[in-house]
Amino acid sequence: MTEQLIMLGLILAKLGLIFIVILTLAAYLVLAERKILARMQLRYGPNRVGPFGMLQPLSDLIKLLTKEDFLPAAADKWLFLIAPGLSALTALLTFAVIPFGPPLEIFGRTLPLVVIDLNIGLLYFLGLSSLAVYGMALGGWASNSKYALLGSIRGLSQLISYELSMGLAVVPVVMMARSFSLTEIVMAQAEIPYALLNPPAFLIFLISIVAESKRIPFDMPEAENELVAGFHTEYSGMRFGLFFVGEYINLIILGSMLTVLFLGGWHGPWLPGVVWFSLKVLAVCFFFIWVRASLPRLRYDQLMHFGWKVLLPLALLNALVTGAILLWIGQ
Amino acid sequence: MLENYLPVMVLIGIAFAFAIGSVVMSRLIGQKKPSAVKLAPYECGMPLLSSVQERFSIKFYIVAMLFILFDIEAVFLYPWAIMFKRLGIFGFIEMGVFIVILLVGFIYVWKKGALEWEE
Repeated sequence: MTEQLIMLGLILAKLGLIFIVILTLAAYLVLAERKILARMQLRYGPNRVGPFGMLQPLSDLIKLLTKEDFLPAAADKWLFLIAPGLSALTALLTFAVIPFGPPLEIFGRTLPLVVIDLNIGLLYFLGLSSLAVYGMALGGWASNSKYALLGSIRGLSQLISYELSMGLAVVPVVMMARSFSLTEIVMAQAEIPYALLNPPAFLIFLISIVAESKRIPFDMPEAENELVAGFHTEYSGMRFGLFFVGEYINLIILGSMLTVLFLGGWHGPWLPGVVWFSLKVLAVCFFFIWVRASLPRLRYDQLMHFGWKVLLPLALLNALVTGAILLWIGQ
Repeated sequence: MLENYLPVMVLIGIAFAFAIGSVVMSRLIGQKKPSAVKLAPYECGMPLLSSVQERFSIKFYIVAMLFILFDIEAVFLYPWAIMFKRLGIFGFIEMGVFIVILLVGFIYVWKKGALEWEE
């Protein structure tokens, strides 16, 4: 009985810690993005609130909380209320399967540094990333506003298009690691990360997750110069905040998935595993911000062409070729 | 087996509490001064020009249908990806045939112009 209680306590402690770390990280990622973007555009970025603007996320939170939380008269009430929560929920749930360090020895028992090591972890991630579409689609549709509707329809077809190539780019990884468990996939990369073993899959996955994160150059769902703010045009206050937080949590998750699947997870010389993992994830996030500062937005037809006519066939071909090579080596 | 999912359940609870809690907080703290104009759909400051429920391009619908087809293909690829060592050459050829059949469909869709967005 005490054994089970201790396990439950450990689970709760781990969950609470991860939850706080993720939310703080997401908040400071916003600040980091504003700072880095500003520096890349020869500006200063936020530097008034606290030293180096370090308290900016806190003041943003206070602002969002004190803003009016209104419901447009034409909106579909319940869907409008549910959508932002759904968006944040799916983003937060994905964290359960991401292993951020090698198992830890504590009080004579091994504590895996992952909330839960599902043997179908990869499918869990893919499933939740499909569900994440709903927050955006329902939010845009329920707002009953032109910009929101256009943004959500565009976003919907963009996300499902790039989800295909993302899903197919993962197939070679499953072949090489022969497991869906993210922990085992990281273990299989102890010597050489899959980004080096299978660069095409890595590139396809990288491009697809930039599209999945709805960021420049793929930010059609919220293209601000034509759609105001896209699917969250009608949202205000903390509901907008939930969309916003969800988006940045999603960014961290996609970075973590790239790290786990292709960059060798927590493996690395000298430093402890958790540090390596965080460094890799932050590097990927920096890359996302860098891309945002460097590239223009794609036109919608170019976006769909690229996804369907280039990435999808390439990803399929890559899966087949990887299978053939692995079979050939195996014999 | 099912108790493996207990942490996920707890996480769902925490995430729910977070989502609902933050919205309720903002409801309680935030000001409320609704007016007819403020609650109207956003139209860049103009009076509403036309109904919102406009038609949109059929292309989006086609993309959704194509997505279902190719997503099912991906679903069939996963079991093969995990078992392909045991299935061996036979499994590989079977999978190749399956993918070629789908590719034929893909080429048909392409030739039909379902992937064109210009016109």
